[in-house]
Amino acid sequence: MPTVSKADGMRGLAVFISDIRNCKSKEAEIKRINKELANIRSKFKGDKALDGYSKKKYVCKLLFIFLLGHDIDFGHMEAVNLLSSNKYTEKQIGYLFISVLVNSNSDLIRLINNALKNDLSSRNPTFMNLALHCIANVGSREMAEAFASEIPRILVAGDTVDSVKQSAALCLLRLNRTSPDLIPMGEWTARVVHLLNDQHLGVVTAATSLITTLAQKSPDEFKTSLSLAITRLSRIVTSASIDLQDYTYYFVPAPWLSVKLLRLLQCYPPPEDASLRGRLTECLETILNKAQEPPKSKKVQHSNAKNAVLFEAIALIIHHDSEPTLLVRACNQLGQFLQHRETNLRYLALESMCTLASSEFSHEAVKTHIETVINALKTERDVSVRQRAVDLLYAMCDRSNAKQIVAEMLSYLETADYSIREEIVLKVAILAEKYAVDYTWYVDTILNLIRIAGDYVSEEVWYRVIQIVINRDDVQGYAAKTVFEALQAPACHENLVKVGGYILGEFGNLIAGDSRSSPLVQFDLLHSKFHLCSVPTRALLLSAYIKFINLFPEVKATIQDVLRSDSQLRNADVELQQRAVEYLRLSCIASTDILATVLEEMPPFPERESSILAKLKKKKGSAKLPDIDDSRRNVNGSTEHGGDNAEPASKVTSDLSGSSSSLNASVCTDSMFYSPEYAPCSLPPWILTFISSLLSFLLFSSSLSLHQSPPSLLEDLHPTDRPRPSYFSPAPPFVCKNNGVIFENQLLQIGLKTEYRQNLGRMYVFFGNKTSTQFLSFTSSVSCSDALRLSVHAKAVDPVIEGGAQVQQILNIECVSDFTDAPVLNIQFRYGGTLQNLAVKLPVMLNKFFQPTEMTSEDFFQRWKQLGAPQQEVQKIFNANHPMDSDVTKAKILGFGVALLDGVDPNPANFVGAGVIHTKSTQVGCLIRLEPNTQAAMYRLTLRTSRDSVSQRLCELLCEQF
Amino acid sequence: MLRCNQNNLYPAKVRVSDFAKFLYYNVKLNGCGGAEAVLPIRFILIQNRAGKTRLAKWYMQFDDDEKQKLIEEVHAVVTVRDAKHTNFVEFRNFKIIYRRYAGLYFCICVDVTDNNLAYLEGIHNFVEVLNEYFHNVCELDLVFNFYKVYTVVDEMFLAGEIRETSQTKVLKQLLMLQSLE
Repeated sequence: MPTVSKADGMRGLAVFISDIRNCKSKEAEIKRINKELANIRSKFKGDKALDGYSKKKYVCKLLFIFLLGHDIDFGHMEAVNLLSSNKYTEKQIGYLFISVLVNSNSDLIRLINNALKNDLSSRNPTFMNLALHCIANVGSREMAEAFASEIPRILVAGDTVDSVKQSAALCLLRLNRTSPDLIPMGEWTARVVHLLNDQHLGVVTAATSLITTLAQKSPDEFKTSLSLAITRLSRIVTSASIDLQDYTYYFVPAPWLSVKLLRLLQCYPPPEDASLRGRLTECLETILNKAQEPPKSKKVQHSNAKNAVLFEAIALIIHHDSEPTLLVRACNQLGQFLQHRETNLRYLALESMCTLASSEFSHEAVKTHIETVINALKTERDVSVRQRAVDLLYAMCDRSNAKQIVAEMLSYLETADYSIREEIVLKVAILAEKYAVDYTWYVDTILNLIRIAGDYVSEEVWYRVIQIVINRDDVQGYAAKTVFEALQAPACHENLVKVGGYILGEFGNLIAGDSRSSPLVQFDLLHSKFHLCSVPTRALLLSAYIKFINLFPEVKATIQDVLRSDSQLRNADVELQQRAVEYLRLSCIASTDILATVLEEMPPFPERESSILAKLKKKKGSAKLPDIDDSRRNVNGSTEHGGDNAEPASKVTSDLSGSSSSLNASVCTDSMFYSPEYAPCSLPPWILTFISSLLSFLLFSSSLSLHQSPPSLLEDLHPTDRPRPSYFSPAPPFVCKNNGVIFENQLLQIGLKTEYRQNLGRMYVFFGNKTSTQFLSFTSSVSCSDALRLSVHAKAVDPVIEGGAQVQQILNIECVSDFTDAPVLNIQFRYGGTLQNLAVKLPVMLNKFFQPTEMTSEDFFQRWKQLGAPQQEVQKIFNANHPMDSDVTKAKILGFGVALLDGVDPNPANFVGAGVIHTKSTQVGCLIRLEPNTQAAMYRLTLRTSRDSVSQRLCELLCEQF
Repeated sequence: MLRCNQNNLYPAKVRVSDFAKFLYYNVKLNGCGGAEAVLPIRFILIQNRAGKTRLAKWYMQFDDDEKQKLIEEVHAVVTVRDAKHTNFVEFRNFKIIYRRYAGLYFCICVDVTDNNLAYLEGIHNFVEVLNEYFHNVCELDLVFNFYKVYTVVDEMFLAGEIRETSQTKVLKQLLMLQSLE
């Protein structure tokens, strides 16, 4: 055992570790550990004071035991004692134990902070570093509070040694992340920027991280870092490989620092100053040039380090998206990597090219690599590389190469890994629709999709093909013929049966002239699939049958027989049974004319009309359709480059179920006919979210191609759910207001007055006795389902309330972390001999702890972008339940607790707000955007916060208000 | 570098699986619970092929169960890959940059937008320092000197960021600390 002997003399520890490793069973190990724990406990409790060495050894043993997965419930005090030792090794073990094991609400925090304070002011760099590392590792709020002013001071003090500066910079960074409110900018900020000039590259390395983070939060204050960073970068990239000595890694000068500086530059647009801009361009060119030079070493470390810088430089070039020559050079460089023998480089080149494809300057250059990329799809061994190839093909697709790319993706789909099939299906569906010039190709493509990967074809995809076929009469005959042929396959996917049933039901007549597809043959073909299908598909087929009765009188008797059979008329499924009964009856009693009217061919989906919303319009008088075109534009904007394309899709954005006029609703509601879920009469207008849900899928499935550079931040679309049917319950009051009566019956009235400040609230509850008799034994207490998240302390209240009198109770509320469940007020009293029990939910919601934040449009976008991770955003589209008055909406948003930001959203009809939720443990910034669509009487609400649970909860609360 | 021939180092009676009960690194990070903004490194894990954890350093708040789950998932994701694969794996909403040295996997979990190669070489730089510091480091050095490995990590990575990249500087500092009592 090589290192036991040199283990700082902690022989006992080495022996113990060896013992544990020698244990032959779990039981033996536990026995050995328990023995050791007993031993340590007795030492700690013993009369004899332990010397520092023994304390260190035992604390280290405890730490080891903890790391093995056992609970440790003592020894903390001894660890804290070690902190005040003046021996490094003892202090180090103490700090390590604290960093790993002490939790923040421990009583020891004060002692620990004391020790930290002593070490920070010790002027001993080793001790200072230990303390700074401990703070950086723990990063608790208490520490931030205690050292918020100390650490910046250490960082910028002239006499601080370099290694301490490094630690202080990152320590400050940690505290700034965890408790930004406690780390105010100050005079130190300007001096921090100048650390970029520091002689010690380690200090620059640490400081660059700090500055980057600060600059992301407040770019203006750190604008001066731009020129310093460029100067520094320029000095590094032009240096000879030996100049930087310690910081040269395999002949590459300061690769990590270069990467960090290049990332810092990505916080800003290209510099406005021409000379600065020129210098930066020079740097970037030098980096690109170096990539072409012969390697200085054959070691992979050399090329990795060099390429780390190169890829970051390319990222900056793409970020600026302003220098066509650089973009094209970057693209060519990546093109070389596409065929590199290193898998890593091929992968990274594909990934990076995806973003290049979205720049107008380099899109064409990217396209030239199509064959290589297709080849990668076929030959790469690593699925993640193939995935990147799919992403890139998708990103480089335009009119000119759509057919080739779609064909390649389809053929890849046959063997693709299951994990990425659904994504490929969606990509193919989107591309096929977007670039379809002739619709037979589109229909073929989608049917192929279903054939190859039916299980991965979601509803949206097959709904869509039907929509398009219905709306384009030039493709209907072809579609009927194609589905008919496809259905001949002995085993075809249920989705194909659905599409086939629907299309033949509508357009079967177009191919009925051919004896090989005569009405009876069509019917038999469909019906041969019937029994293998699920209930929704069967329901759809029944509707296709009744349509057949109208189209082909000659098969009426056959179909009536089928409908009449027990398996239909007495089907256990109520939906199927009802359809069978109603269709049978309809076919018997209705005249041909009536039948023809009721079962008329589906009208084209009107461009902007959905049957559901049309119905809603009738009901409400003024509702019109929501406008989804912006989502469509977004698709185009972010992925389309070939100019103005044929846009089949946008012409038919409407609801598949739109046929109440042609299919008598009393016979069969349209929603039943088309909705697989049978949402009774109120099918959500799902198709409205068709494109957007495809998109959202792609966005969520980590496809980088769409993550990057959306044209406008606010246009960026990440819808989540389909809109649900609206609930006509009154909006819960009190979400947006704090005072009022929350409960009243014949006996008692309960009123509230509430004040909130940061994470604290005080609620005055007024109990009014409405009778003329006393309430006796009156008690009122509060219960919280999750007291760890929300604590409510209720003061006692007088047990007697005289008739007609009012008493007041004070509740102190503290929001510890984000919560969902409201506290409940439990009231009990005796009135005229009977015990009354009441439980009233108190309107304490998360949004009460909002602090509004004013910010400029620029800040807003900056933050919006920072909160770009899919889980940080929640979006909801919902119906308006109240009149859509802009002033009322404003008042509600203000009442919700956020600041309303004017002039941020390009569309003045939209509302944009910002605020910070204060909880004890943390603060969560929150950005809100509400887009009303008065015509459709709908809203789209988008929230971004740094915590997904918060986004979710706030969205639920807010969307009930409108 | 990391030579890890357990047959030579251990008498046959010692079972490999016993080595690293170590695995259950329930590192309890304290209540920072903050809004995690842009954070480069989420965690660093060193695991052996059997899935034993040799080091777990968390830069983001996870509860104990979550940590255990992450440890298991990372192991599952990384060990199935072969040398022809990339050194990067998508992992939940992040990515893992990893490199295998003998029987040990060094894994760094970062943001998807982060620079893959910089962290890949960051790992190598770290391993070279360990190798120098422990004079031909092997897996056992990390077991017996677990408390020192933390020091090495803190010298090179702090608060989820790269702190120091110069091997000379780090080793000088480590040797200085070693000489202290």
